[in-house]
Amino acid sequence: MLHEPAAQCGPDASADYKMRIGVWMFLLYAAVYAVFVAINLLKPLWMERTVCFGLNLAVVYGFGLIAFALFLALIYNHMCGTHEAGSKTAEGAK
Amino acid sequence: MAIAIFLAFVGLVLGLSFYFAGKTKSASGYFAAGGQIHWAVNGVAFAGDYLSAASFLGICGMIATAGYDGFLYSIGYLAGWIVALFVVAEPMKRLGKYTFTDALDSKFNSRGIKLTAAISTLVVSVFYLIPQMVGAGVLVEPLLGIPHYAGVIMVGAIVITIVATAGMTSTTYVQFIKGGMLVVFSLVVCVAVLYRGLSTTPDQGGRVPFHEYKTMNASEVRGELVPADKAYTVTGKQEVKGAAFVKLLSGGIETWWTLYNKDGKLTLRETQYSTAKADGTRLVNGLPESKENQPRLYGNLEAIKGKTGPEAATGKVGPLEFLSILSDPETRVNRWKTVKFSDGADKVVVYAPNVTPGNKLMRPGLKFKVEGTPMQKLDFFSLMLALFLGTAALPHILIRYYTVPSPACARKSTIVAIAAIGFFYILTMYLGLGALVNSVVNPLTDNMSAPLLARSFGTFLFAIISAIAFATVLGTVSGLIIAASGAVAHDLMDRYMQLGFNEKQKVRAGKIAAFAVGIVAIILGIIFKGMNVSFLVGLAFAVAASANLPSIIMILFWKKTTAKGIAASIVTGMVSAVGIIMFSPSIYEKFGLDPAAAPIPLDNPGIFSIPLSFLVLVAVSLLTQKKEAQAV
Repeated sequence: MLHEPAAQCGPDASADYKMRIGVWMFLLYAAVYAVFVAINLLKPLWMERTVCFGLNLAVVYGFGLIAFALFLALIYNHMCGTHEAGSKTAEGAK
Repeated sequence: MAIAIFLAFVGLVLGLSFYFAGKTKSASGYFAAGGQIHWAVNGVAFAGDYLSAASFLGICGMIATAGYDGFLYSIGYLAGWIVALFVVAEPMKRLGKYTFTDALDSKFNSRGIKLTAAISTLVVSVFYLIPQMVGAGVLVEPLLGIPHYAGVIMVGAIVITIVATAGMTSTTYVQFIKGGMLVVFSLVVCVAVLYRGLSTTPDQGGRVPFHEYKTMNASEVRGELVPADKAYTVTGKQEVKGAAFVKLLSGGIETWWTLYNKDGKLTLRETQYSTAKADGTRLVNGLPESKENQPRLYGNLEAIKGKTGPEAATGKVGPLEFLSILSDPETRVNRWKTVKFSDGADKVVVYAPNVTPGNKLMRPGLKFKVEGTPMQKLDFFSLMLALFLGTAALPHILIRYYTVPSPACARKSTIVAIAAIGFFYILTMYLGLGALVNSVVNPLTDNMSAPLLARSFGTFLFAIISAIAFATVLGTVSGLIIAASGAVAHDLMDRYMQLGFNEKQKVRAGKIAAFAVGIVAIILGIIFKGMNVSFLVGLAFAVAASANLPSIIMILFWKKTTAKGIAASIVTGMVSAVGIIMFSPSIYEKFGLDPAAAPIPLDNPGIFSIPLSFLVLVAVSLLTQKKEAQAV
């Protein structure tokens, strides 16, 4: 099973949709990441301010960036999966 | 027991390789595991590929020495997966077959792209291989008691065996097992760190008595420094970068001390040091260097929220409380700094205590000078940019998209990878800080901080963690060598040189290429001994982001992209990134030159090389529009 020829992919009706939402989500994450870098460069002392649970902004923002990446990834997968299922249903109806 | 567990692990890895060797006959089986790996397995294997020596050894080591600055690598590495998921994953799967060159070349069938993309894959793979091999040598040295170079050769030999036997299928399963175990056992060590709690005199659970470094007052009499303890006499003094070091003689043994002057009150504090004598012999803390006489491990808290002594000990702490205590301005952490100078004909390296308040430890600034000069800020920005954009351009990550059956599986496996890698990166904070506060940081190399932290909880955990770390190196090096051998056998020999290989010949060429790349990796791993592996991987990211990412992005989003534009962009990104690195302060320092004399004052090239690569792609593409249209 593992040694068949590399899989060939057929046309993907959802490709444009997935690329569009992918780009928007990328830009959203890039903006949040850019703010993190900007604070470090422009206002580094803000990073040692306590934000919650005794944790400073550096820790909260850093952990937050990791958690936000997973959150966006799950939303993206849900949206892609829903659109792919819709496309297949529409193709089946034809 | 440590060696037995370690050997069992290596045996398992080799056993898997030989098992799959008999089944791999075709090129797709060798380079892409037949494209039939389940997405969940591939996702964990992604994590295994990505959580290399840089993540496990390098990041933990950097956090143990530079606090939060090391964690910036975790943030940047993870953020890079967003680019991979949202922009690259599915299109790469749709466009390619075995290698990243296939994807770039899918629209053009250009020999220029085949050649430049293959060379770029080789260069990035080699840059990424160096830290893995350095990490391998560092790991094996204390575990098996063999020298660094022997460890590097051993890893090289095992990896060449793995890759030259079964290719991507065995690499995938090795990565799957290792990725899963790495996350689980790192969590075990983190729980143990929290359960042990914090103390100002860490003794590794009673295993290693805490070494209290001496402090004594001194005075100046007629311009001469006089220690309060009459057993010591001053025999030398050095000023290095604003810090003063004094050589004291007592009982026939010379030791170096840091001299502090606070409002006229002079204090001497004991350090550790090593001396390379002109006759080739070495001293450690005044006595001949031997297996037993090595610099002591360091790192501890001087005060916990302002408290010192036995009453400062916390007992077990929660994960948030642990970070909260260490972020407190009244918590003082004993990091150590390394200072090098010449004392007559002797070369001296002093490891001196350096007290840092918690609020400074737990925000950026100790390694990356975010409050420094504009050039230092630019260097930091450049690093964060390269980490963000580098992941999606790493050849050994990109080829993993060809091991799954469909674009949807490529997407799902990336999400599994983000979950596993993100969780692990949160653990790196606890592993690195745990090493720092438990007095297990090796002054000679911070790369061993995580395994040494595990050793402080007993031999079993140390053996498991070391074996996993070793498998980490094996797996990542295997993936890199497969990517490099694919570039040589498939892209260069078969497609660029059009040698007309059949499947069997292509696999054989791939194996020979794997052998050659493995030898190069071994040599470089020996040369770059001692450098932080995460720093080295950061450079690999910069080269990948500069050489590969502009082409990937533009081919997907700009219809005017031409083959010549892509080839020019790859060459520009690769040459500019490697060129800046070669003339950077860190490389100057590595090769014994004055870092201040480096012509380029940046360690991280991404800020220049990435935009330059984009610009060249756009300019050349616009200039070659008509020619390529006519050619079509």
